[in-house]
Amino acid sequence: MATNSSVHISQQFEAELQDIRSQVLAMAGLVEKQVADALQALFTGDVDLASQVIEQDTQVNNFEMKIDEECTQILALRQPTASDLRLIVAILKTITDLERIGDEANIIARKALNLSDQDRPKKSYRELATLGKHVCEMLRDALDAFARFDAKAALRVAAEDKSVDEEYDSILRQLITYMMEDPRNISHVLDLIWSARSLERIGDHAKNVCEYVIYLVEGKDVRHLSVDKIEKVLQAKNS
Amino acid sequence: MEAVKQQQAPVARAINIESIHRGNKVNLADEKTCIEVKDFNLYYGDKQALHGINMTIPKNRVTAFIGPSGCGKSTLLRCFNRMNDLIDSVRVEGEMLLEGDNLNAPSVNVADLRRQVGMVFQKPNPFPKSIYENVAYGLRLQGVNDRLTLDSVVEKSLKGAALWDEVKDRLQESAMGMSGGQQQRLVIARAIAIEPEVLLLDEPASALDPLSTLKIEELIYELKDKYTIVIVTHNMQQAARVSDYTAFMYMGELIEFGATDELFTNPSKKQTEDYITGRYG
Repeated sequence: MATNSSVHISQQFEAELQDIRSQVLAMAGLVEKQVADALQALFTGDVDLASQVIEQDTQVNNFEMKIDEECTQILALRQPTASDLRLIVAILKTITDLERIGDEANIIARKALNLSDQDRPKKSYRELATLGKHVCEMLRDALDAFARFDAKAALRVAAEDKSVDEEYDSILRQLITYMMEDPRNISHVLDLIWSARSLERIGDHAKNVCEYVIYLVEGKDVRHLSVDKIEKVLQAKNS
Repeated sequence: MEAVKQQQAPVARAINIESIHRGNKVNLADEKTCIEVKDFNLYYGDKQALHGINMTIPKNRVTAFIGPSGCGKSTLLRCFNRMNDLIDSVRVEGEMLLEGDNLNAPSVNVADLRRQVGMVFQKPNPFPKSIYENVAYGLRLQGVNDRLTLDSVVEKSLKGAALWDEVKDRLQESAMGMSGGQQQRLVIARAIAIEPEVLLLDEPASALDPLSTLKIEELIYELKDKYTIVIVTHNMQQAARVSDYTAFMYMGELIEFGATDELFTNPSKKQTEDYITGRYG
């Protein structure tokens, strides 16, 4: 229902909804790039790139406030219903998560600055790189599901969060052993732990976005449910 | 545990968390039936205006009918107290049960039926009499002339229609001097003076300014404790605000009927979705 193919009688309302959607996608694109750049900076020690990520935070924040304001206006002036209402609610929630993802990218960029003059022992970075790749994919797919109003894809992406969490746990165990091996490692390994933690949080936020997509398309609130239960809810709705 | 409770802020203690989680969701399956409509068809001459309507109007709830002009919502509403009898060419098929009794049965006394099922129209239609006599009119028709009884019913009805405080000092003045919003509430007072079971409201607020509209809506909310209310409205936000259940009609058919909060956030039919979001069908 949410991907309503019919056109509003009010062309202006239609244009406003289109405009707000493209702004969310632009914001999403920016945040996605922030995460990728922050990881790049972390792995290569690129100080300029890390600083750029940190500077971009203002842009993300401005996006959040502007979209927030436009959604408020639509609620007040248009009193949207049904799929239009769910779209506005989903957008309001999505941009909060996007902004937080931006904050996490920021944290990673700051750690990248801390670590830029340090050695980069391959073994401590390898698994972090795998986690980073996984989270970036998850984020990309979540935003893709949002752009296409694809609840099925959203459900698939949400299910990925579990393996991201498991990867995070295993990195944590590994990094703790490095700290125990040599206390001189503690400082830089802590920075890596914080980075891994941020990646894990980004996965959580991407999962949240997926839940909003399911709400937007199917009209069901599936937060705080396991993936199996979400599947059951959707099956019950569509049968 | 006790110590924790002690530390809670007074505000937090005052809030009943359980009742918040329970919410105020309505469920059609839990309702008592007031009116039941079964395979109902209505024809104006050769032209069929209602097609196979099946629905139950729950008791002591507000049910709203929405739909584009000419979709049959007013026609259906007028069937509930047989106002369509006044039109010669009208023919009906199917059943309409009020509290289990077929209201189209030949044995039904239409005047009695209309006492049970009161109606308020779009344009306020007070009689050119005093405020008092407008409200007392129905009782006088029933032969009640006892001053004390009339006084108490007039006061009770005007209070019920949230009008008493505004008119208590000028009950003997003509009703024609009241504002539109007051006139509409007077008409509602007149309708509830004879204690009907059902109140039919046909666009009750469409000729009123926003504040009078809110007063009528507030009144509807208060009246549902005692009466079953069916309201026809073009104003969808109004339907969303005042009703527990909403029926969406289109071209003489009932497209979707369900709890209002569900219908306005997640309708199950595309036609409903298109109508309430304002799209081309």
